[in-house]
Amino acid sequence: MTDTAKRPVLSVENLTTSFKTAEGWRAVIRDINVEVNAGETVAIVGESGSGKSVTALSTMRLLPAGRARCEGRILLEGRDLLKASEAEMRSVRGGTIGMIFQEPMTSLNPVFTIGNQIAEALVLHRDLSWKAAEAEALRLMERVRIPAAKSRLNEYPHKFSGGMRQRVMIAMALACRPKLLIADEPTTALDVTVQAEILHLLRELQREENMGVLFITHDMGVVAEVADRTLVMFRGDMVETGPTPQIFAAPKAVYTRALLASIPRLGTMGDAAAPRRFPDVDPATGKASDGRVTSPVPGGVTPILKVEKLAVRFALPQGQIHAVEDVSFDLKPGETLALVGESGCGKSTTGRAIMRLVDPSAGSITVDGQDVAKASSGALRAMRRTSQMIFQDPFASLNPRITIGSAIAEPMLAHGLISRREAKERVAELLQQVGLSAAMADRHPHEFSGGQRQRISIARAIALQPKLIVADEAVSALDVSVKAQVSNLLLDLQEQHRLAYLFISHDMAVVERMSHRVAVMFLGEIVEIGPRAAIFDNPQHAYTRRLISAVPIPDPARRGQLNPPLNEEIKSPLRPHGYVPPKRTYREVSPGHFVQEAAA
Amino acid sequence: MITASLSMPLVSSLRRLFRNKAILIGAIILAVVLVAAVLAPWVAPYAPNKLSIVNKLKAPSLAHIFGTDEFGRDIFSRAIYAGRISLLVSLGVIIISTVLGVILGVAAGFFRKLDAPISRLLDAMMSFPDILLAIALVAALGPSLTTVILALGITYAPRLARIVRGSTLVLRELPYIEAAVAMGLPTWQILTRHVLLNLASPILVQATFVFASAMLAEASLSFLGVGVSTDMPTWGTMLASGREYMNNAPWLMVFPGLAIVFSVLALQLLGDGLRDLVDPRLAKES
Repeated sequence: MTDTAKRPVLSVENLTTSFKTAEGWRAVIRDINVEVNAGETVAIVGESGSGKSVTALSTMRLLPAGRARCEGRILLEGRDLLKASEAEMRSVRGGTIGMIFQEPMTSLNPVFTIGNQIAEALVLHRDLSWKAAEAEALRLMERVRIPAAKSRLNEYPHKFSGGMRQRVMIAMALACRPKLLIADEPTTALDVTVQAEILHLLRELQREENMGVLFITHDMGVVAEVADRTLVMFRGDMVETGPTPQIFAAPKAVYTRALLASIPRLGTMGDAAAPRRFPDVDPATGKASDGRVTSPVPGGVTPILKVEKLAVRFALPQGQIHAVEDVSFDLKPGETLALVGESGCGKSTTGRAIMRLVDPSAGSITVDGQDVAKASSGALRAMRRTSQMIFQDPFASLNPRITIGSAIAEPMLAHGLISRREAKERVAELLQQVGLSAAMADRHPHEFSGGQRQRISIARAIALQPKLIVADEAVSALDVSVKAQVSNLLLDLQEQHRLAYLFISHDMAVVERMSHRVAVMFLGEIVEIGPRAAIFDNPQHAYTRRLISAVPIPDPARRGQLNPPLNEEIKSPLRPHGYVPPKRTYREVSPGHFVQEAAA
Repeated sequence: MITASLSMPLVSSLRRLFRNKAILIGAIILAVVLVAAVLAPWVAPYAPNKLSIVNKLKAPSLAHIFGTDEFGRDIFSRAIYAGRISLLVSLGVIIISTVLGVILGVAAGFFRKLDAPISRLLDAMMSFPDILLAIALVAALGPSLTTVILALGITYAPRLARIVRGSTLVLRELPYIEAAVAMGLPTWQILTRHVLLNLASPILVQATFVFASAMLAEASLSFLGVGVSTDMPTWGTMLASGREYMNNAPWLMVFPGLAIVFSVLALQLLGDGLRDLVDPRLAKES
């Protein structure tokens, strides 16, 4: 014990990893130094392409031997892993080093039971008999706090939610009592409330096992929550390293300052009546100017969008999914209504129903005075000029084979708004409006970064001069600094064109900045709706409170305030055939702030 | 605008095309066969149907490098002329089956209501062995060059339709297709610009396989006597008539046989190479 306290579990010294390219070897990470002691959590944080995952993969020697080359030293309890044979590495991986990854959905084999898969690792690494391994698997499942572990041992992965699967992955990583746990974005694919539970669990397990944890993430909120020390990476270089509180309180590097300035934080709105732009960060100095509050929506205008008693149901052999049930709200020109909630709550389905990408089962949707829910396909096509959609994945929402100029011109030509001759000019105008250069029109989507592609999608969406834009997780997939810029672009466009946004998001901090009003969805229903300030400052529904308190706060001083873990499976909106949803009543808390009353 | 947007990937994929050895070899063989067939009157040393009883069943020599058949006709010249018909048939088949296959496949893949009826029709057609279906169609329509092309075109359409349907099903769910729907683009435009353009690669690859199959099937039909009429030489009819002399004059069968083997080999190489080429690119672009 005293011996391990002196010597770090993992010590990476001057690690440089190069990849083979057509032009020769190119270094992707340079001179990385990091130490992880027993019982300590070290976070590597950075945006996409910063080399944080390459650092982790290099440490485990998981990069393809012919195409990647590591230099420096990687000492695991004093032994240099770069000199170890492949056979030795196999016993290190999953033995001394445990690993958990981002995608809990794809890392379990669907045809074996959970118990079987955990036991397999034990038989393999710890030489246990199958019987002993199964007993140990049960113990591990209890350790990662899976409720009713004994009966769930014999269930298959598809019966486990994302959070529960990540618990299983953690149980498997812990199976061989590793000295070091490498966690590569372990909570990125999970909902905030589940993330809070997993982070809590990891912390407890770390204390019990006295493990060193190398935690890789892009989320500064998570870093503040878990890390003792932090390493900030930018384009393959280590730009700053130190104790986490120090990094947050007094960042030295310009990049760290800029990164911290662009993080969306909860509770920065003050008494603003309208959305507030994110601070503009000067990349040269890392200094931020505080964001301006946008102009509020003029009152008493007729709504551009009116949704009444909307329901979307999908029939399955084993029952019916009530994806959206009895949802009503309206939206005025120039206003942003945020639809928030966790995966499977029906927020995206609501947005898609408004765009008539799915057909509603009941209820009415009125956009600019016309009923979308019952429109024929011909009438619908004309109506599509009024409402546009921005999608989450900027890599999949543009046709890879069409130049972006052509993609932006396409809807305008199809609706006969411009002639082919005018197209070029109008496209140039739109590109400039979203902060791109007109010369980019001839390029294909793969030549752009994620943030640029999202700008292109926005240009395409505003090309038809719509009145309503459904933004489905439009900034969720972007890096922090880019997220702030694209959000600001959306706010600016809203002010210029009086656009109404239905802003669908799971990111509470962004929602707080972006919206006038917020609707919280849970299991297909709106449980609370009201002005932004009312929802965030005076949440009434238990679920709203849980959602807000689960957001990690990017401030190490306020660590450990995440809500206590519930360890329960989120219920599913799958109901038996013939299920009649109960009649819901809403209580008005303050003007415009409604909360669903508990079922009698 | 569409052509302008296509030109860049075309140039770069052409460059990649010939870096692939399979494609290079396939293309060279095919080019030689095609050029010989097109320029047959200048390339062939003799007229294809010129009889010369004195020279019948001569083994390959300098005067007749592939030898002569039972009527003293020069096999080299006949093989070159036969290439015209065989390639014409394959080309016709490829066009008909691709057009039919793409229409049926896209319709089944994109419009949910049409999926079941079209898919059942395709299943029914594919439950017959290719040759049997082709023979039945030729028998019904009467044998001629046109009917052979038509029959084989119909026979191979389901192969393309299945591939196209599968790819369309995947494409239909992609956000950029949804985006196109949400923008209010007319359906025909979504189908041509967004669906078909992205189907180009699987169609291209499958078409080369159909091309090769059609060449063999035409030979089989001719061999069975339901093919193109016998006064026009095809590689299949040459094989069929050479059968009687196989023991004494094997060159009657060997050379047209080799012509088929090499053409098919070339096309398979092309198809294989194209498939290899297309996969990583799709992964990179999407």
